Parts: sequence; C-alpha cells; structure tokens
Amino acid sequence: MLSLIVFWPAAAALALAVLPSRLPGKWFLRAWVAISAVDLALVIAVWVAYNPHGGFGFTENLRWIPSAGVGYHVGVDGLSLPLVALTSVLFLACAVYSLRETRRPRTYVCLFLGLETVCIGLFVALDLIVFFVFFDLSIVGMYFVIAGWGHGPAARAAALKFFLYTFVGSLALLLGFIGLYLAATPHTFDIVALIRANPLAGRGAYAGAVLAAIGVGLAIKTPTVPFHTWLPPAHTDAPATGSAILAGVLLKMGTYGFVRIAMPLLPDAWRRYALVFIIVGALSAVYGALVALAQPNLKRMIAYTSVNHMGYVILGVGAAGVLAGTDAQARSLAVTGAVTQMVSHGLITGALFLLSGTLWDRTGSYQIDAHSGLAGSAPAFAGLTALAAFASIGIPGFSGFVAEFQIFAGSLASQVAATTVAVLSIVITAGLFLRALQRMLVGPLRLPETVPAGTGFADLTVREAVAVVPLLAVSAVIGVAPRWLLDVIEPAARHLVGLVAR
Amino acid sequence: MSSNRPPATSSASSLDEHQTDSDPRDPVKENPAALIPEIALVAAAVIGLLAGSWLPRRRQWVVRVLAAGACVAGLAATAAAMLDTPQRVFDGSYAVDPATNAARVIILAATLLVLCLSVDAVGGHRHETEFYVLVLLASAGAIALVGADDLLTLFAAYLLASVPSYGLVGLLRNPLGTEAALKYYLLGALLGIVMLTGTTVLVGVAGTSSYPGLRDALTGAPPAAVAFGVVAVTAGILFKIGGVPAQFWVPDAVDGASTPAAAFVSTIPKIGGLGAAWRLYTHALPAHSVDWALLAAIVAAASMTLGNLAAFGQTKVKRLLAYSTVSQVGYLLMAVTVAGRSGLAQRALWYYLAAYAVTNLGAFAVVAELPSAVTIEDYRGMARRHPALAAALAVCLLGLVGTPPTAIFVGKLEIFTATINGGYTWLAVLAVANTVASLYYYLRWLAPAFLAAPADREDAALVTAGTWSAAAAYTAAAASVALGIGAGIALPLGAGRLLP
Repeated sequence: MLSLIVFWPAAAALALAVLPSRLPGKWFLRAWVAISAVDLALVIAVWVAYNPHGGFGFTENLRWIPSAGVGYHVGVDGLSLPLVALTSVLFLACAVYSLRETRRPRTYVCLFLGLETVCIGLFVALDLIVFFVFFDLSIVGMYFVIAGWGHGPAARAAALKFFLYTFVGSLALLLGFIGLYLAATPHTFDIVALIRANPLAGRGAYAGAVLAAIGVGLAIKTPTVPFHTWLPPAHTDAPATGSAILAGVLLKMGTYGFVRIAMPLLPDAWRRYALVFIIVGALSAVYGALVALAQPNLKRMIAYTSVNHMGYVILGVGAAGVLAGTDAQARSLAVTGAVTQMVSHGLITGALFLLSGTLWDRTGSYQIDAHSGLAGSAPAFAGLTALAAFASIGIPGFSGFVAEFQIFAGSLASQVAATTVAVLSIVITAGLFLRALQRMLVGPLRLPETVPAGTGFADLTVREAVAVVPLLAVSAVIGVAPRWLLDVIEPAARHLVGLVAR
Repeated sequence: MSSNRPPATSSASSLDEHQTDSDPRDPVKENPAALIPEIALVAAAVIGLLAGSWLPRRRQWVVRVLAAGACVAGLAATAAAMLDTPQRVFDGSYAVDPATNAARVIILAATLLVLCLSVDAVGGHRHETEFYVLVLLASAGAIALVGADDLLTLFAAYLLASVPSYGLVGLLRNPLGTEAALKYYLLGALLGIVMLTGTTVLVGVAGTSSYPGLRDALTGAPPAAVAFGVVAVTAGILFKIGGVPAQFWVPDAVDGASTPAAAFVSTIPKIGGLGAAWRLYTHALPAHSVDWALLAAIVAAASMTLGNLAAFGQTKVKRLLAYSTVSQVGYLLMAVTVAGRSGLAQRALWYYLAAYAVTNLGAFAVVAELPSAVTIEDYRGMARRHPALAAALAVCLLGLVGTPPTAIFVGKLEIFTATINGGYTWLAVLAVANTVASLYYYLRWLAPAFLAAPADREDAALVTAGTWSAAAAYTAAAASVALGIGAGIALPLGAGRLLP
C-alpha cells in the first residue's frame, strides 16, 4: 500500500513522459490534479486504517542490497503519517494552482510528480539509505524546478547555491549514516534494527562525531542558523509552487530527520548535546524573526519566518532530550508540538507562498513597499492573505497556536531562558506580518511602476482560491479541533521520548 | 626484456596463443582454455588486422563485428570461468580468480560499449580497422594487468595495454592528436622505464618475480630497496590509471584524440591498473613491509583534489571530462588504500569500477553523439532539441557526482564505508568535500543543456552523429541506473577471494 502511494506519482509521470508532446499542456496539468487526488485518497485510506498505538504500520521490508545491509524498508507511524498527509495535500494544492501553467507543462508536471514520490518516500523510509536516496533526489528535483521555472537568470544562481549547499548537508548525513552502519553488528542501515541495537550507546566521542555529521546535515536542510543562507535566494527566485513545496515539505525533511533518526538512534549523544540544539533552535527563532523584519521583499520575509518557525521545532526536539527537571509528559508534549508545528507550518507557509505567487502573476513584484491598498480591489486576496498571516503568527484558532503552545509548554519546565527568548520572537513575527499587511492591503491603491496604468489588481480566480482555501481550512480545523491529529502523533511522541530516555 | 628468465618466457606466451599447444609441462598449469577471453581478443586483433588489409574501406565493418564477437565470446567464457575454481596458469605467472574475472567482465562490456559509440565516428574512416585492432589489443593488455601474478607479466601487460593506446590517441593525425599522442607516449615510455627499474630492484632483492615468491622473499629484504621498487612500479600503474602525479597526459590525450579513443583511454586502462595495484599491494608484498596504504592514500587525495580543481575552469567538455576522470581515480584509489584493512574494500573497488566504466562511457557517448558541440556553451538548447539525449547526459553527469539511484552512488557509499572502516576517515571526509566540489563543474555543463539556446546561434553545434552513439548513451545511462538499483546482485560478484 505504501509503495503504491510512493511510486504511483512517479509511475504516472513516466506514463505522461512518453505521451506525445503535441498534446495540449492543460491535459497534463489536469492529469496532475487527478493523479495527486488519487494519491491523497490513498493516504486518507491509510490514515483511517492506521492504528496509532501499534507502532509502525503498513510496513514492507524487501531485500535490496543485502550484502551492504541495505533493504527497502518502509512504514508509517504517528511521526511520519501526518507529514505524508501534508505532502499529498500540498502537492494537490500546487497541482490546482498550476492549472494555468504555460511554460513546458509536461516537463513541469513530470518533475513535480517525481518530487511527490521522493517526498512521500522519504517520510515512509525505514532504512537510512532509502531515506538518503530520497533526500538526495529531492535536492535534484528542486534544483530543476528552481532553475527551470524560477524568475530569470538569478534563479539559476539561486538553484546552484541551493544544490551545492544542501548537497553538502546530504553528504554530511551520509557520513553519519556510515558511522551508524559500521557501529552496528551486524552492519545494517535498517532504522528499526538500529533503534533496537542502539549501537552507539556509551561510545562518547564516536557517537558525538556521528551526531555532529547527522546534525549538520539535517540542520542545513531544516535550515537553522547558521546554515540557512541558501534559503532566502532559493525561495525568492523559485516559482510559487516550488516555494510552497520547498518550504512546506522539503524543510520538514530536516526536522523529520531529527525525530526519525537523530533522536531514537543516538539517544545518549542526543541527551548529552541537547543544549546545543536548544540554543540553535532559540537562536534560529529569534534571528529568523529579526531578519524577516528587515526584508522589503514579501517572499524573502516569508522565507525568513520559516527559519523562525523551524527554530521552534528544533527547540522542541532539543528540550525533549533534557531529562533533568522534566517529566516524560512534558517532553512528549514538546515532541508532539514539534511534529504538529511541521504540519502546521507546511499548510500555512504553503498557502502564503501560493498567495505571494498570485501577487507575482499580477504585478511581477514581491516588493512590499511597491504595493498598497490591494484590499479595495481584491478583497478575497486580502482576506486570505490576512488569515494566513494571522495563522502564521500563531493566533488561537489555527494550527500554529496548537503547535507552538505545546512546544513552549513542553520546553518551559527545563528551558526557561530559551523558551522565553523563543516566545518573544512571536511578538516580532506578529509585528512584521501586521506591518506588511498594513502596507500592502490598506490605503490607496498603488501598484509597481512596471504594471501598465489602468490595469488594476484583479482578485483571486476560482483556481487560485481552490488551491489556497483548503490549506487554511485544514489549518483552522487543526486549530479548533486538533484531537484527530494529536491522537495519531501523541503515542508515537511518547514512544520516541521513551527511546531518548533509555 | 622478457626472454632472459624462464618465468618471463611463459608470461609472454600467456598472451600469445601459438606457443601454448606444444608445451610439454603440466597441463593444468598451462591450461590455455583458462585464457579464452584474452586469447579471443588477441586472435580477433590478428585476424582483424589481416582481414582489414584486404577489405575495401566501406566493408571494414566486418572487423567491427569480429571485435564485438570476440568480446561476447570472452564474456561467455568468463561467465563459465566464474563458476569454475580459481587457478594459476603458466607457471604461476597468471591468476584466473575473482579479480581477473571481474576485470574481464567490466573490460569486455566496456569495450563493447566503446565499439558501439565509435561506429558513427570511425565507420568508413581510413583507419577503421586499425582502431578496432588497437582497441582489442589494449583491452587484452588491461585484462592481463589484473591477471598478472608475476612482476614480469605485469610489465608485459603494461606494454600491451600502453602501446596500442598511443596509437589510438594519434589515429586522427591532426596536430592536436599528434601532440597528444607524443605526450602520452613520452610519459608512458618514461614511466615504463621507471616501472622496469622498480621491477628489476624488487626481483633483484627477492630473487624471484612471482607474487607469492616475492611476499616470502621480501620479508627480510632491505626496506629502502623494497620501498623504492614499490614506488617505481606504482609510478607505471599511476600512468595507466591517470592518477596524480602521472596525470599530465590525460587532458591532452582526451582532448586531442577522437572521442571514441578518448573514451577508451580514460576508462579501460584504469580498470586494469587499479586491479593490478590491488593484487600487487595485497599479494606481492609482506604484510608489514612498506606502508603502501599511505602512498595510495596520498595519491588518492591528490588525484581527487587536483582533478577537481583543474576541472573547475574548463570550458571544453572533453577536457572537463578528462579532469573528472582524474578525480574519479582518486575515489577509486581510496578502495586500494584500505585494501588490507577492510573486508569491504574489494567489492567496493570492483563495483565502483563497473559503475564508473558505464557512467563515464555514457558521458563520452553523449559527446560522441554531438561531435560539433565542443564547449559547454555549445550544449545550450540541448534539452529542447534532443530531450532523450539530455536526459541521458543528466543521468551520467549526476551519476558521476554520485546521485542516487545511479550506480556510482552505491559505489561511493561502499568506498566511503570501506575507507572509514579501514581507519582512513580523513580521506573519506576529503572525498565528501571533493564530491560536493565536483557537483559544481558537472552542473556547469548540465545547466546550459537545459536552457533555451541563444537566438542568434546557428543550430550546427547540436547536429547528431548517428544512431550508434545515441544508442550507446542510452544503454550506458540505463545501465548506470540498473546497476545502482540492482546493486544487490552486482555487488557480491566482486567479493570473491583472490588466489593467495
């Protein structure tokens, strides 16, 4: 079942790739919507059938390279299933959003379908090499998206920077994986077997080196301060859908790696160096918010708020590694909050990037100061942008509040200082979003000079609204009635906290 | 040089099928049937040369078919030999064991691929027959490098692998090719003499030239003499594989030669040379005599780093690929470095060699398919005009970086693992840094291919050569992916124990 979910988009992409290219582009775009909708339906079926208290579900374990300790092992649990669902929702939203894409639609669709396979595959991987294969391929796929459909020549430079930078991360990760592999007897890359064996228990420096390699690899992908510098150019020059997937799904690969690999496989080292992650998390939260405050470019601003939001996640998972002064319940709360935050950030930031894409389509600019008074002529755009911004700030009623509240509540007990610093950054985020909203949406209508006079600012089309509204709706549902999500995450979070404490 | 000593006579005869029938010695030891792949290559070369002299130019494809037939026959014989027990033949001077068989499979398959990608370029050329004959002889030499279990056989194999390669590079007879061939020849002759000197010293202090004999005799030998001999012999091997500091011929030869010849000399001799280094270090030297691992590690580090640094500034695709092969040798030498320290190293070496051969030949096949595209800029617009070929190029170049699921990814995984396992973590870290650096110049080539062509440019740069080169490119790209996904089957094939 999981293999079907993973490889269905790629198989469909292969089928589309051999179709004659003279077919109208919109056929391919509609096919993408249909293919992604099928995938989402399959994911929902898995969600309904999954038993949250049963550990890994829907596992498949096949021999791949047995002599190298590599197997095709996949499965879902409460940590990965929400992210799989997020991925399929976001890709469907991007498919709907892209229905009017005119630039080489066939290649575009095939590339995104390939990316969908890669993203879902990463979240269900239970083998380090399978994880790595998808991790690396996500970089290659996103490179082509940014270079091929980004905004002009600057996009190619941004794509190159993205590729090189995150490739460093992925190879650091690979070194760490090799370290884990060699430490285990028999040598294996299987995550479940490595969790059971805990091969680096009591091996101080070696475990520290492996954690450093894996930590740097994941931190670059997340990204956290000081490894975040690839993110703003990549986002600024990527197409809207590319940004939505990059921020919504690809960044989660980093944070997911912490809860899936770093914490359960290296519990000793994680506890010993938890403070490093707590500090990095709090620093990322504040630094991301402060730099976002200074951005004149809407998309760059959203990109830096991603650094801020990912900082909360790192704070949460770091706090889960400190045993002193906390109980298992608080630590489990922090982990639950971190996973919820991953989902929440994916939905909200995905919506924000798609909305900023609609702005680009109309005016060809992301400059905050170049726009004013958009609410008058485009009430739906203004309303949805405001909603998304409030959701991103963490207003109660949206998923962000549920997530951040749990992270802070779980971390506060042991990490008063770091948590306080991180909470303060919410104030900065609120300020910067409100300022952007106030400048762009209210006042007299003003558009960039590049827009011909008299064209005005058209409101969202049905297609754009259909792509964005469901993302915010799901976020609101999680904000109001989160139990259906938390019931899936919490048992896995408790289990993870138990693994870290052993 | 080889007629002075009894073992050398037999080593020379191992490459010559005519002297084997009348040999009165033990039939198991002299079993010529064990050498069918090598004999097939040499026989096809001789017959092809004779036939080519009489065939009209438009019918020289007969020689090509003969050459391909010899490769296929050799592959079949190798498959049979893999099921057989390993053996030494010709007075113990030549080993037919898992390493030799792995080398045979990779070299013969790679030679087939070279023949395929050469059809468009050399078909109907006035030196067509000579090209095939030289390829066959050099392939036989490369296999013999791996099989050699005797220093003098090793040197004979060195000559057999080198001399035809000089001819291949110079076959075009244009100024660039002639200069390249001369440079290649001079460096080869110089390092050949160095290698012969090393051989002489080692044989002199040990009193024998066979590897098992050397390992026993060198235990008490003067360390300085052994070290000198090992370094000198290594010099010749480094020339064959194009490793630093003997890499100077690589860019000129690759750039000056015809693309098929460049593909050949940058791929096939490496397989032979690295196999030879492996056998020499692990089987001819006592366990604690010379720290050859450190020597290999330094050469590996220098090759991957200098190859990458030099590749950064290249604008001609063949020179870029040439420097990329130098850096790839660095990764391959990592496996040799930990040959005696990690049980994972041997299969990693052979697997990586197979992966490298198909991926590198795939990239050269794309170059052969677009003979007018010389610089990176010429590739602009390729994805629009030849989407499938651009996809093959993307697979091969990203494959050379080591992107999953291509074969070199598994190869790098295995080699890095073996290197860390063998205690050379610094080398693995350096290799990781180099891998990232290499991504930059591969992307410098790949990215323009996916851009729109400039409006003012004529389309002449992207004219294709024919179907054969394209077929080779697709085959190589598909094989690179298939070998990566099918690594579970391919990886153990290189792991069998060598003859002690």
